[in-house]
Amino acid sequence: MSDWTTLWPVFAKSIGETLWMVTETLVLGGVFGLALGVLLYTTRRGGILENRALSAVLNVLVNFVRPIPFIIFMTAVAPLTLSLFGTFIGTSAAIFPMTIAATFGISRIVEQNLVTIDPGVIEAARAMGAGPLRIIMTLLIPEALGPLILGYTFVFVAIVDLSAVAGGLGGGGLGYFAISYGYQRYDWTVTWVAVITIVVLVQVAQFLGNWLARKALRR
Amino acid sequence: MALIEFRDVTKSFRSGDSTITAIDGVSLSIDRGEIFGIIGYSGAGKSTLVRLVNALERVTSGAILIDGVDITRLPEAKLRGVRAGIGMIFQQFNLFRSRTVFGNIAYPLKVAGWPKEKRKARVAELLAFVGLTDKAWVYPDQLSGGQKQRVGIARALATNPAILLADESTSALDPETTADVLALLKRVNTELGVTIVVITHEMEVVRSIADRVAVLDSGQVIESGSVFELFSDPKTVTAQRFVGTVLRNHPEAGDIERLRGKHAGRIVSARIHDDGRLGAVLSDAVGRHDVRFEIVYGGISALQGRSFGSLTLELIGADSGVDALIAELRQVTEVEEVAA
Repeated sequence: MSDWTTLWPVFAKSIGETLWMVTETLVLGGVFGLALGVLLYTTRRGGILENRALSAVLNVLVNFVRPIPFIIFMTAVAPLTLSLFGTFIGTSAAIFPMTIAATFGISRIVEQNLVTIDPGVIEAARAMGAGPLRIIMTLLIPEALGPLILGYTFVFVAIVDLSAVAGGLGGGGLGYFAISYGYQRYDWTVTWVAVITIVVLVQVAQFLGNWLARKALRR
Repeated sequence: MALIEFRDVTKSFRSGDSTITAIDGVSLSIDRGEIFGIIGYSGAGKSTLVRLVNALERVTSGAILIDGVDITRLPEAKLRGVRAGIGMIFQQFNLFRSRTVFGNIAYPLKVAGWPKEKRKARVAELLAFVGLTDKAWVYPDQLSGGQKQRVGIARALATNPAILLADESTSALDPETTADVLALLKRVNTELGVTIVVITHEMEVVRSIADRVAVLDSGQVIESGSVFELFSDPKTVTAQRFVGTVLRNHPEAGDIERLRGKHAGRIVSARIHDDGRLGAVLSDAVGRHDVRFEIVYGGISALQGRSFGSLTLELIGADSGVDALIAELRQVTEVEEVAA
């Protein structure tokens, strides 16, 4: 029933689009999320950049954005996407809302991992005369690297999910492929091919993440 | 001249609506080149007190002079320079798990801006000093507790600080390893001339390495002096209890009760001094007063080259004779009747 001679090029292009959206979101959201997460952690009470007001503002902001279901969030920021990119359809335009959502999600994961660092090692660095920026860059991140890699691997899977939703709303990628060529044409083979592709993608990512985390933790 | 001086220092923490005073009017002076012990039970404020020295905690009032400079008035950025001149070691070692032993010891040197070649040479020197040259490329997780604290000491000494703060540095170690680490601290003091402030709840630590000691209770220094003075003549109940944890020269209530059950005569405790003449007076006087005696409890210890202790005697004879004997003993030492 499925005509794979015409489907193959679309399928290959979809994989490329998904990888592109996910990678770009992971990199951009990863950097912004790391910065936001570090701020959430360091401005806490007793943190090296303790700042009650900033901490409260950041927490409200993160708690405001995070619970919005992505399908609604994407349509809600569509006007902003349109004004910035001239369109809200397509892979590049989808990356904007995906990056925002990923940033806020990642920030909490980063914060959670940093909280597990023994405050004693931070105190030791302070006792040596290290300043906040040095402590963040050369101590906090290296000490939490293993769990951070696992956290980012977890986020990768969540971003694949976001990309499928974005795809369904015109963003392209495997989500778009599964819905347009599978669901809407009652072609379950296509849907299942998309599903299996995503599962393989996630498995590979998880395997890589675990391997890297193990290296970082030296276990 | 004092290297570290506390002048009427207070530190309080606000928790909700209430204020907790952790350090309550402490004045102390610690001399250059000595090992100064600060002993107290947990919650006495020891950890807070030591963190005031390198301003990890800021004072609420009072002044702390380090080498004549009042650090309580310095802004945070300037304090970083002060901290580089004060090493610190911790109960839980606080090594960086993501760095090798070499990386841990090199870290304060990087903070202080040492060039790479000088860092390498200095780390090698420190590893040799603490006897861990073969562990340079090992991660802290692979070290024993004693080795971890050696790395902690090497790291704390990296920038040649004049002061080393040791916060319960042996409390997580077994007795044998404790002795090794204390011997190393003693070497740090004598060979490198580093002034060491030792925070502990273990009297054994004070006895083995400290020159002088302060007893901290509820944020106040309730007693201070040479270690010999504290051990030979503890004045406060807290100090007496601490001394009692390592020396059992003086009978406690339970001991007295047991002695009473076994011995019918009057029981007295006499202090032994370094220049003691107790034995001479005793042997001479018992015959004249027709009193016999039995040694039932006690011990004599030596500390910082001087002897001290206490002997508890059962005196058997007529009351008038015993009274006269006690009066004669009191000419040379303190005598306390513990059970009539």
